[in-house]
Amino acid sequence: MAQIELTGIERCFQLGDSQVHALRNVTLTIAAGEYVAVMGPSGSGKSTLLNLLGLLDRPNAGSYLLEGRDVTTLDADEQAEVRRNRIGFIFQSFHLVARLTAAENIALPMMLAGLPAAERRARVRRALDDFGLASRAEHRPDQLSGGQRQRVAIARATILRPAVLLADEPTGNLDRSTGQDVTALMEELNASGMTLVVVTHDPVMGGRARRQILMEDGAIVSNAPGALAPPP
Amino acid sequence: MTPADTLRFATRAATGYPLRTALMVLAMSIGVAAVVVLTALGDGARRYVIDEFSALGSNLVIVLPGRSETGGVNLNSLVTTTPRDLTVSDAEALRRAPHVLRVAPLSVGNSEIAFGGRLRNVLVLGTNADFLELRRYRIGQGRFLPAEDNTRASAVVVLGATIRDELFGNAPAVGRMVRIGDRRLRVIGVMAPSGKGLGMNTDELVITPVATAQAMFDTNTLFRILIEARGREAIAPVQQQIEALLRARRGGELDVTLITQDAVLGTFDRILTTLTLGVAGIAAISLAVAGVLVMNVMLVAVTQRTPEIGLLKALGATGRNIRLAFLAEAAVLSLAGAFAGLALGHAGAWALRLAYPVLPAWPPDWAVLAAIGTALATGILFGVIPARRAARLDPIQALAKR
Ligand SMILES: Nc1ncnc2c1ncn2[C@@H]1O[C@H](COP(=O)(O)OP(=O)(O)O)[C@@H](O)[C@H]1O
Ligand SMILES: [Mg+2]
Repeated sequence: MAQIELTGIERCFQLGDSQVHALRNVTLTIAAGEYVAVMGPSGSGKSTLLNLLGLLDRPNAGSYLLEGRDVTTLDADEQAEVRRNRIGFIFQSFHLVARLTAAENIALPMMLAGLPAAERRARVRRALDDFGLASRAEHRPDQLSGGQRQRVAIARATILRPAVLLADEPTGNLDRSTGQDVTALMEELNASGMTLVVVTHDPVMGGRARRQILMEDGAIVSNAPGALAPPP
Repeated sequence: MTPADTLRFATRAATGYPLRTALMVLAMSIGVAAVVVLTALGDGARRYVIDEFSALGSNLVIVLPGRSETGGVNLNSLVTTTPRDLTVSDAEALRRAPHVLRVAPLSVGNSEIAFGGRLRNVLVLGTNADFLELRRYRIGQGRFLPAEDNTRASAVVVLGATIRDELFGNAPAVGRMVRIGDRRLRVIGVMAPSGKGLGMNTDELVITPVATAQAMFDTNTLFRILIEARGREAIAPVQQQIEALLRARRGGELDVTLITQDAVLGTFDRILTTLTLGVAGIAAISLAVAGVLVMNVMLVAVTQRTPEIGLLKALGATGRNIRLAFLAEAAVLSLAGAFAGLALGHAGAWALRLAYPVLPAWPPDWAVLAAIGTALATGILFGVIPARRAARLDPIQALAKR
């Protein structure tokens, strides 16, 4: 059984009179622990696909089995629980809460899950150490560099050890070398067993994945390992 | 999310936007302070009047000669002509009635008082030893009238404080002889200065035994009789006893008027309580206005924090988590406003008491509780709509907003 099984997924947006077909008949399976890059031109439906995988959006048609369970039929609270426990999300613009410190941002999912404060503190401390942020625990996002912010975001997304890590252009706002650090960090997490799905424009980063999915106009046009791999 | 976490998160959110929070707390606190100050003023006025009337002596029934038509308090009942006189023997008879604690007959007239060549006009009040306790007066020097038969015309007098000062200056007065009209009386005591008050002032009076005064003015009628019942509950039975007794003593006709202090007090109490309630109601409107403000500010906050709400949802927050967080924030702001308002209101009441020392301007407990309750209720009530709007936001669209 694959960890993620999409079958015949359709997603349409109504924009005034016109309809935008953001996903057309998408069928895709991803096994546990895989490292997948989603690539394609802007507007091809990459983010829409990732949002669907992250249960932030519902398809108009098709089925989505996550770990064998049909998650499209779950109600909002059940979906929230799945997001909280099984899925980690990383965004291009970091999405840190500006008034909270790095440590508090990292602790957010644990707070939402209702973990006891002592355990939260211990886990945050470990995450800060692991991600090289130990000296930045009490800094607010505006006191951090872009790379540090994204590391805080990754620490936050993975603090509850989700099964799937979804990243939408995580290096889009970072310079090349910082982007490579962040990529390496996510690959480490993948190596420890987390499924990693990355949306990226960067062919170098895409090439590092073990499988590339190429999208065009809402449909998957190529889905093969090494299909787009440039020479390293 | 535990309740403690919800509260902490909400408090952090509230303190994260200091200007907005300060404005809201200010609006809410003005409403609460208005309730506190205005009810302190209203209730202070009520208590002032009640205290003043209570100072006249408690559980008091006053008998006046002449029948008042209404039986209540009106100008007529105070200046009726006398169809049949009230006498000292009436007072004696009333003294023997059960439930009656004290009876003081009152006879008054104008005369002159002279000492050491100094002369002045003075109001002479003839009464007995019970009068002091009955009216809660205090003696300044010497002692009050001796407890003796109402018919004994002892040649003694108790001076009012001002009279004493004018006649004796710094010299001792007790033990000296003064002339009042054509009689020589020994000064046995001086009343304590009365100070402020609505009630009768003893400062410009001289007090003699009732028989002495009646002899002085060559009369055997009384101005009125003051009766103190044994307790608040005894007032009604005492009133009936007085009526029955006096009716029997004057051939079945009741040509006297009874005034109870309760009736007067009750009326004032009702009027001023209604006034205080009305004032509190008006002030509560400003709380409702503050509530609408809370709603608008919270709606703005939801718009401002839309990306944050989207993020929390992406991190696994349920609609309920978001709703509770925003409700808690509204509650925290309202509560802060309520307590700031309470402090402000108490400061205002304190300033009032400082400016008008006679006015006991303390806000009543019910008003304080109602103000805090209303502030919290409006804050939470008006917080519901923004909180629900936040909880319903679509996560991706919320996230996409920058
Ligand atoms: N909420 C939305 N409402 C309307 N159209 C949308 C919405 N989200 C995405 N789209 C449209 O769907 C298509 C795919 O968008 P997206 O998945 O963001 O593309 P990508 O991430 O590959 O650039 C685009 O044409 C975009 O305009
Ligand atoms: Mg995109």
